Amino acid sequence: MLERNSDSSGDERGISRRERASASGDPRPVPAAPAWNDWPAELPNRGMRAFLAALARLISGASVRWIDCQPDTCQRVYFANHTSHLDVLVLWASLPSNVRNLTRPVAAKDYWEKGWVRRYLAMQVFDALLIDRKEIKVHQSPVDLMLKAIGDRQSLIVFPEGHRNTAAEMDEFKSGLYYLAKKRPDLELVPVHIDNVNRVLPRGEFLPLPLLSCITFGPPIWLEAKEPKVEFLRRARESVRRLKDL
Amino acid sequence: MNLDLNNPPTTLLLVGSVVVLLGMATGIGQLLKRQADPRFNLAVIDQFNLRIRAWWLMCSVLAVAFMMGPSATVFLFGGLSFWALREFITLTPTRHSDHRPLALVFLFTPVQYVLVGMDKYSLYSIVIPVYAFLTIPILMAIAGDYKRYLERCAKIFSGLMICVYCLSYAPALLLLPVEEPKSLLLFFILVVTVGDALHYAAEQFVGRHVIAPAISANRTWEGFLVSTGCATMFGAALWWATPFEEVWQAAAMSFVITTMGFFGGLTMSAIKRDRGVQDYGTLVTGHGGVLDRIDSICFAAPIFFHLTRAIVNAAEVTAAG
Repeated sequence: MLERNSDSSGDERGISRRERASASGDPRPVPAAPAWNDWPAELPNRGMRAFLAALARLISGASVRWIDCQPDTCQRVYFANHTSHLDVLVLWASLPSNVRNLTRPVAAKDYWEKGWVRRYLAMQVFDALLIDRKEIKVHQSPVDLMLKAIGDRQSLIVFPEGHRNTAAEMDEFKSGLYYLAKKRPDLELVPVHIDNVNRVLPRGEFLPLPLLSCITFGPPIWLEAKEPKVEFLRRARESVRRLKDL
Repeated sequence: MNLDLNNPPTTLLLVGSVVVLLGMATGIGQLLKRQADPRFNLAVIDQFNLRIRAWWLMCSVLAVAFMMGPSATVFLFGGLSFWALREFITLTPTRHSDHRPLALVFLFTPVQYVLVGMDKYSLYSIVIPVYAFLTIPILMAIAGDYKRYLERCAKIFSGLMICVYCLSYAPALLLLPVEEPKSLLLFFILVVTVGDALHYAAEQFVGRHVIAPAISANRTWEGFLVSTGCATMFGAALWWATPFEEVWQAAAMSFVITTMGFFGGLTMSAIKRDRGVQDYGTLVTGHGGVLDRIDSICFAAPIFFHLTRAIVNAAEVTAAG
């Protein structure tokens, strides 16, 4: 299927992507594209990225499925269920490399700033956005920070459950996703279901098992006009949950 | 390598026959694809052509491993075992407390294949049935989770036995003290694979008495007899490539391994049915399913190895006496 699902559903609503973007109002700072003379410093990180992505795919044996959705470099928010520390790595590694380089995971500051390995991975490799879970300042909400950081080029990976969930059913989604969608209605919200990675590396273990996992990308959703928060979050959660059975 | 063209090594002859057979099959497949007779089912022909292509691929990989020596072949089968084991364990419902014992289970794969590569028969024949059999339940007990304990132990151990222990006997054939061990392994794989194909063909055409309707709806006793008979004749026709001295020995061996292959497939179907009920089946779709391809080899390999070993040893004793 060459025609992207995202385009067609945008047209159905009679709003083009550009209009959505301009509708959101305020001028955003644009992170500069990497300059031509940046590459010597970037090279080791790029190598590391490619290596880690290959390693993650090997260990997790992830089969990647795109259902009614195609890989694209347009701005997106990938939101997924969260069961393991490997989720970030596996989801990030399952994106094609041109998309991956534009996609930044949102992660917990308290976990990823511990020790130089994690800090290196978060900062240099994933280019993660670290969010302080403990003290949230009123004038700088995490959602504002995220939107500021991605500008109009990059995409985000978020786990709206807010923590690793060990139960069979997903937890309720936190409201961050709703505010992201409200402030930037032009972002495509892509549901992702991560299956079996919790068996590859369960909570509290340090040695990953080479089991097979499965990553499923679903059709994007948007915030409907005047859709209440609770209703939207329920719909978003359901859009991830239904991917398990497809 | 010096080639005596009047008396070429049997391995080369065997490889030649495989290439000719596959070439003929490819030709037939292409002809069938091009003709316009509506009586033929196009989907079946496409399926057939896909299978032929997969066989070309498998034969090339095997040929390259053969050329690189026994270690490469052992390594290749080790990789197959590893992949089959991860498929098996992925489909097996385990609990969080099994995580560390499972790490040990995966560790037994390289251990087994290194021992096979070093030709330590007295070790690789017992390392899994004795050492893994005892240590895995101990680790699971230490983990302290008694829920469905015996069931979990049994499932994990079956996976290790079928995917690693049994399959490792196929490359172990290369280290038997026979004149052309490569021909022996090639003969084994060829007979099992042709047996598989014949079973598959017979399922479509012959039979009335279904063996186990709940497990596999089209495996019948008649189909089993016809296809196993044909595979036995095929094996007997390859008698010249084997170390067996009599034709009937090659035929009997072919009968035993195709029978094991047939019922191996049935057993693995039973396991898949069981999983299917528990809704784990979706996880591995999209993967080729290594285990589906090699189940008959897994079941036939240890039996073939031990019978051949017994025959070779008996022949040596006779020769010495």
